[in-house]
Amino acid sequence: MSTLAANGPDSWLWWDWVVRHGDEIWFRTKEHVFLTVVSVVVGTLLAVPAAILGSRTKLLATPLLLVGGVIYTIPSLALFALLIPWTGLSRTTPLIALTSYTLLILFRNTLTGLSSVPDDVRDAAHGMGYSWGRQLLRIELPLALPAIIAGIRIATVTTIGLVTVAALVAQGGYGQFILDGYQRSFRTPIVLGSALSILLAVVSDVVLVGLQRAMMPWTRVPST
Amino acid sequence: MIAATFLGEVVAWFADGANWSGPGGIPNRFFEYAEITFVSIAIASVIGLPLGFLLGHLGKGALVAINVSNIGRAIPSLALLVLTVQITGIGNTPAIVALVALSVPPIVTNTYVGMRGVDRDVREAAHGMGMTGWQRLTRVEAPLALPLVMAGLRTSTVQVAATASLAAVVASGGFGRYIVDGLATQDYVQVFAGAVLVAGFCIALELGLGLVEARVAPGRVRLESPAAHRAVPGLAGTAAPAGPS
Repeated sequence: MSTLAANGPDSWLWWDWVVRHGDEIWFRTKEHVFLTVVSVVVGTLLAVPAAILGSRTKLLATPLLLVGGVIYTIPSLALFALLIPWTGLSRTTPLIALTSYTLLILFRNTLTGLSSVPDDVRDAAHGMGYSWGRQLLRIELPLALPAIIAGIRIATVTTIGLVTVAALVAQGGYGQFILDGYQRSFRTPIVLGSALSILLAVVSDVVLVGLQRAMMPWTRVPST
Repeated sequence: MIAATFLGEVVAWFADGANWSGPGGIPNRFFEYAEITFVSIAIASVIGLPLGFLLGHLGKGALVAINVSNIGRAIPSLALLVLTVQITGIGNTPAIVALVALSVPPIVTNTYVGMRGVDRDVREAAHGMGMTGWQRLTRVEAPLALPLVMAGLRTSTVQVAATASLAAVVASGGFGRYIVDGLATQDYVQVFAGAVLVAGFCIALELGLGLVEARVAPGRVRLESPAAHRAVPGLAGTAAPAGPS
């Protein structure tokens, strides 16, 4: 631990270097957050409606889960590589890959959430004269919300970790610090990039838990 | 949009005899990839399975078992690989060390969850029959927990294979080499071919282990089980993880 506190280029974390690279840290943070937010938001916007349709008919859910499962099995680096011929070394490449991953997590969770709505509740809503749309918005989605938010949390934390790999296809983010440090055998950026990525994941998760509690005061769901 | 000619070049790459021989050839890269994956998962199982069985049997450490794997999800595989290199140097060693570190927590968690899922009545009946703690663990609880344990092991193995492709960054062998070397030399045909091999390896592993699982622990819904779901980590989660890795 003495090397951790020591202040020099050979220590695990050289504070002077970190302080001098404030601008780059901010720049990489923006890249990392951008890729994460777009992947999770687009994934959510696609997955939730798809799951609503999927909960009505198995015809849609089964093939989507199957295709999603196959994509999910492909490692991120390989998925980026498979997209390069079509989207090149651009932001689109990791965005498509990462969105595909979040899509599956969220589709599965939303489907689970919607299917866990008790039939009695559905019947009661129907009996009270709720229309299809109103029943979905006022009854089913609120009841599925804990599962959806749990999915968003898993998707967000997973994506933040995977964005580091995007540095390999020249898309920056905290992974760029890790790669730079590796190539120069310089520990400080490696430790910095790793720590920032973990910190971002933890902070995002805490924020999402707070959001969940604020949105759903009627329920306290233990973390999954 | 370069699809047709590009795919033709990829086919030509696979047809090229030079890519099928020597240390950089597909057969050797395959054995390297399989070796890294299976050595890592074997070491991780030797550490993780007994720990999970024991914690599950004693009913202790729930908080640890669940939280460790949640924290594990937040640690990027790339970070763990590169940090390990700083201690062990480059090559297959840091890859295996990092892969073991990544896969022990989900194995412990899944084994624990499987053990805790054993019906309380069954547990008490075994106790009432006068079975010792060891007998209950080995003859009652562990066999009943097997389907979930196997599902967790499959998820972890696929996740390890996924992360092993990334280990090429720290100079380990395997199919990931084609992707990393191709990116370095801007040889995108090789990058694509490598990605096809990595993806094929992981998908084949997932399907193959699914078959083994169906044979060893038949008659249970596995994919939809909450524990299997939680183990996705990423992929994978695995990804999950952990998720995709």
